[in-house]
Amino acid sequence: MDRTTDDADSESLALVVSDLVKDYGESRALKGISFSVKRGEVFGLIGPNGAGKTTALRIVSTILQITSGSVSIFGVDISRRPHDARKMLSYLPEDAGAYRNLTGEEYLRFIARFFAEDNEGVSEIVSKGVEIADLGDRMRDKVDTYSKGMTRRLLVARALMIGPKIAVLDELTSGLDVLNAQEIRKIVKETSRRGTTILLSSHNMLEVELMCDRIALINDGRIVELGTPRELKDRHGADNIEEVFTEVVS
Amino acid sequence: MKSTINILRKELREMFTRSTILPVIVIAILLVAMGNMLSGAEEQATSAPVIGLVIEDDGILAYVAFDTIFDHSVLVYNGTDVEEGLSAVTEYDGTALLRISSSFTGDILSGSPGMISIYWVMRGAGLMDSISSSAVNAVLWHVDRAISLHLIEMNASVDAGLALAPTIRSDMTIFGDKEMDGVSPGELSVVLSAQSFMVPVVIMMLIMAAGGTVISSMGMEKENKTLETLLTLPVRRSSIVTGKLVAGALIGLVMAAIYMVGFNYYMSAFSGSSAIDLEEFDLVLSPIDYVLVGLSLFITLIAALSMCMVVGTFARNYKSAQTLTMSITFLAMVPMFIVIFKDFSTLPLAGQIVLFAIPFSHPMMAMRALMFDDYGLVLGGIGYVTVFAIVMIGITVWIFRTDRLLVGRIDRKALSRRWDLTSMIRPKG
Ligand SMILES: Nc1ncnc2c1ncn2[C@@H]1O[C@H](COP(=O)(O)OP(=O)(O)OP(=O)(O)O)[C@@H](O)[C@H]1O
Ligand SMILES: [Mg+2]
Repeated sequence: MDRTTDDADSESLALVVSDLVKDYGESRALKGISFSVKRGEVFGLIGPNGAGKTTALRIVSTILQITSGSVSIFGVDISRRPHDARKMLSYLPEDAGAYRNLTGEEYLRFIARFFAEDNEGVSEIVSKGVEIADLGDRMRDKVDTYSKGMTRRLLVARALMIGPKIAVLDELTSGLDVLNAQEIRKIVKETSRRGTTILLSSHNMLEVELMCDRIALINDGRIVELGTPRELKDRHGADNIEEVFTEVVS
Repeated sequence: MKSTINILRKELREMFTRSTILPVIVIAILLVAMGNMLSGAEEQATSAPVIGLVIEDDGILAYVAFDTIFDHSVLVYNGTDVEEGLSAVTEYDGTALLRISSSFTGDILSGSPGMISIYWVMRGAGLMDSISSSAVNAVLWHVDRAISLHLIEMNASVDAGLALAPTIRSDMTIFGDKEMDGVSPGELSVVLSAQSFMVPVVIMMLIMAAGGTVISSMGMEKENKTLETLLTLPVRRSSIVTGKLVAGALIGLVMAAIYMVGFNYYMSAFSGSSAIDLEEFDLVLSPIDYVLVGLSLFITLIAALSMCMVVGTFARNYKSAQTLTMSITFLAMVPMFIVIFKDFSTLPLAGQIVLFAIPFSHPMMAMRALMFDDYGLVLGGIGYVTVFAIVMIGITVWIFRTDRLLVGRIDRKALSRRWDLTSMIRPKG
């Protein structure tokens, strides 16, 4: 590989994961996975429970330490410069909450302050968040009083309102009803169109097929399939991703 | 800095709720009640006191006095030198040195009361250190009676009043380098016990309350599943730690203020019974002393809170946070009880080591130590606690940089990778 293509690579790649291994004590959750996500791409991780999706997403989000291998976000090695990586990313945990003594709006403001330069910037981000969360008057109620789906919407809003360079979304629509899920997907798509790179995981195969430009199927800590939904279906002669999943995993 | 303030504001919102303040107010009210109760309590217990005796008089009444004293006490010194006598009393853990002046017999026989000077030797101001002055008072009562009898027997021409009360006493209390003329240990300990009792209790409660909020804050981050999000924010790990520490410290200070109101009421319950003026004997704290006490308290609060942060990283939820708070409370109760009952200087070496090593001890001891000008202990304590706090903060920040908080243990392989040379040189988030 010569220099020009190398440069072009790091220019166009939002995320590079290479040979990533993660041990929890004695047990190995990730057994060397490699993939890369292009700028502006929507990339999906699928796989059975305990396959290692959350582990991978948490490592990319800089909150788990790498056992071996490396991850870089827009050319920034996350274990060497985690602070710089954090400025570019936004993480939605699969099972997250917000500070219960804050109202929804206060929570968004709390987060916005880490990303904006001044008060104006904060207000701008918050109003974006309020729009995404779409909780109406309930924004002024304490998070304590929210339903699961409302909290999820607030957290999605939190993750996307800052317009991150890369958004890491673990089980994006978990806990949301069909309509809410549809709307959240639409918002994520829009965010992606505005230039945010998306890395998500999901157990909803339809969702993955609808949203993702490319998919990696993880099983037992290894990537066992990788490609566009079209490619995967063709490769396995399947009608949809669910069939691919079933065939590969069982 | 901006991020730190942001975190700080959020922490205050989370920590400062009705349930954190209510117990403090209840305790402050309890203090008021306790002050009223204790101010009525009196000392008791009488057995033969260990004393020394200096007799400068060779008259007959001095001999009577000697006989009586000999019968009713354990005499560890009998001579004519006050200095020698005092060191003997100190050596044998005695209570006091009595001195009968050279004019004793002559004074009484010529119609004025004979003077017995009492040098109380006080070794500490803890409750168990306070001397049982009533035993010595009992001896003096016997002396009075024996001399009265003798005067009557020898038909001395003294008036009846003098015959019944032939001696007068003068008290001097010796504590450390201070000689307090005209003060009995009883009077002194009434004033000091208020302080030796309350200061440790208040500090223990402060540590319990402020430490509890910090530990709970860690437990709640995990229980409410907010920790992961917090850790992905572009904010220095040291800012997160600082935010939590400062919020805990501010809450601690507000609580301290509430306690002080209760403490004041408590002290005023004693003002009637304490006849001595602390100022006269230079037992008040100078402004510099107050600065030192404040410094000791502040640094200890920071040390306690950072220790709570380390402990708090083990909290899985609010419930386990409560349990962990108990362990810190217990650790604060050990020095509290020691300091209430004993002075640092009267403890055996092992006790001194334990007391010094527990950082919470130092502000508990500081006020009393400064009253008696023991600057070494206070400054040494401040130095030690500062180092302790720095180490604890270091450990906390380090834990926040690993994934121990999320995983529940430390990945050694990942650690050695992260702490290689290049990453040591470059500052990390
Ligand atoms: N803190 C931890 N300590 C020990 N093992 C862990 C820990 N977290 C995850 N694991 C293990 O790592 C493996 C991968 O877990 P992970 O959460 O990444 O799976 P996942 O693909 O996200 O599953 P799911 O679809 O159920 O969310 C599992 O075997 C899990 O038991
Ligand atoms: Mg998962």
